[in-house]
Amino acid sequence: MTLKMYLKYPFSLFLRTVVVLATAVTCFTLLFLIGYILIKGIPYLSLDLFSWTYNSENVSFMPSIVNTIIMVIGALLISVPFGIFSAIYLVEYAKRGNKMVGVIRITAETLAGIPSIVYGLFGMLFFVTTLKMGYSLLAGIFTVAIMILPLMMRTTEEALKSVPDIFREGSFGLGAGKLRTVFRIVLPTAIPGILAGIILSIGRIVGETAALIYTAGTVAELPKNLLSSGRTLSVHMYALSKEGLHTDQAYATAVMLLGIVLLINMLSTMMAKKIEKKS
Amino acid sequence: MEGVFLGAALFSIFAVILICVFLFAGGLPAIGKIGVFSFLFGTEWSPTDEPASFGIFPMILGSLYVTAGAILIGVSIGVLTAVFMASFCPPRLHKILKPAIDILAGIPSVVYGFFGLVVLVPFVRVYLGGSGSGILTASVLLGIMILPTIIGVAESALRAVPSSYYEGALALGATHERSIFFVVLPAATSGVMAGVVLGIGRAIGETMAVILVAGNQARIPNGILNGARTLTSNIVLEMGYAADLHREALIGTGVVLFVFILIINLSFSYMKRVKR
Repeated sequence: MTLKMYLKYPFSLFLRTVVVLATAVTCFTLLFLIGYILIKGIPYLSLDLFSWTYNSENVSFMPSIVNTIIMVIGALLISVPFGIFSAIYLVEYAKRGNKMVGVIRITAETLAGIPSIVYGLFGMLFFVTTLKMGYSLLAGIFTVAIMILPLMMRTTEEALKSVPDIFREGSFGLGAGKLRTVFRIVLPTAIPGILAGIILSIGRIVGETAALIYTAGTVAELPKNLLSSGRTLSVHMYALSKEGLHTDQAYATAVMLLGIVLLINMLSTMMAKKIEKKS
Repeated sequence: MEGVFLGAALFSIFAVILICVFLFAGGLPAIGKIGVFSFLFGTEWSPTDEPASFGIFPMILGSLYVTAGAILIGVSIGVLTAVFMASFCPPRLHKILKPAIDILAGIPSVVYGFFGLVVLVPFVRVYLGGSGSGILTASVLLGIMILPTIIGVAESALRAVPSSYYEGALALGATHERSIFFVVLPAATSGVMAGVVLGIGRAIGETMAVILVAGNQARIPNGILNGARTLTSNIVLEMGYAADLHREALIGTGVVLFVFILIINLSFSYMKRVKR
């Protein structure tokens, strides 16, 4: 419609303006947030912050980065196989109308909705206290592994579902068994979707704070082993913001976190494109 | 091998049961000791006093106020943005907007909290008075944080409305805007509401961002510029040094939060089912 027509329908013009304004607010918020943190933070990214030792003069985030990497790898090692196997069961094996499937779906949905602080409490009560792991990377790994399980399950399930049935039928027709079909035909085809789920999970783990403070603890040094406590980058960021003594370094840490998020988003967009191309 | 797959699938059931058992076993005894009524509706939280009192009513109110504020901001902006993305946006712009909103969803909550701390808090302090940390600041920040959730769910709900609705409205002489707002949007209500409920769950469970901007005073909030403490922040703030009954009362706070979330999740799945 032209402006002239809009003048005939002022209410429609109003509605259109409101909608555009709201979108502008959303975009402005995003740009402002990212721009502000990058512009204020990048100058503070000094080499000192990448030193291997943390002390009160130099609040290096290198140990936190190492802890974050350990946390990501550990949690993925647990939840990726569990996620993929449960998705295989739900998509390939469960019969239609199987009551179990409904229950598993509901519990996975429940798990997905539980806030991270509740996972943190559970991790503290179960892994830290009952299983006597203490504040440790291992306790943190188990806690976040459960936390990202529903995400892994859902993304893998969708990836498996998007594999056309012709593939399975073709494989059966050539004489392959169920298991061989799943591992040789269905899973390889679904890999981009599964990878997208893994990338999303990495994002969740890197950004996680509340579930880790009382499971992995807040020690800011390099871990000796999986049973020593260690803070991840997000926990480090929280500690710096809460103390309020090292605002510059907090800015720099925020830049690191944002950088990881942007990288992860790029990767998952690439994955999505790959999936689109295939179908 | 099918057994292995089934076992993995059953693990999520096992995890939910384990979480329930440990949370309730850790928290319910304390709630019993303190008394259900004085725990839920006690207005004083002073765990280190002699005698100590453990009333979490200020935190329940804090969570409700902050969440309500976040919904007010997040839903109004979010639904309108979703309308834009579903019905006004040229496809080329959509290709940029969609990943941008995904980025908004991926930013860690502690980064949001930091942003609130260094931008929103000083802004509110200078222009509206008070200390700057309070219900209003937390609501605005949470409102931003739940935007991607609401936009995502609302947009797909809007897109799911059959195009015949829109075309019918146009044929009756309504403008594009009127057709969208008075025909398509009402038809998508149940889906949009599901997004709102999901947003409520996000907001009420959010911890790290709220701690940094809400002020965290454990008393009944009196005014939107004043500080408030939410259920989630109560746990994180005090768990580090709490012992005995205090510690159990904090786990009890977690139980109350967990029950809130379960109710919200149940209504979300119910709404999804109604939609179908």
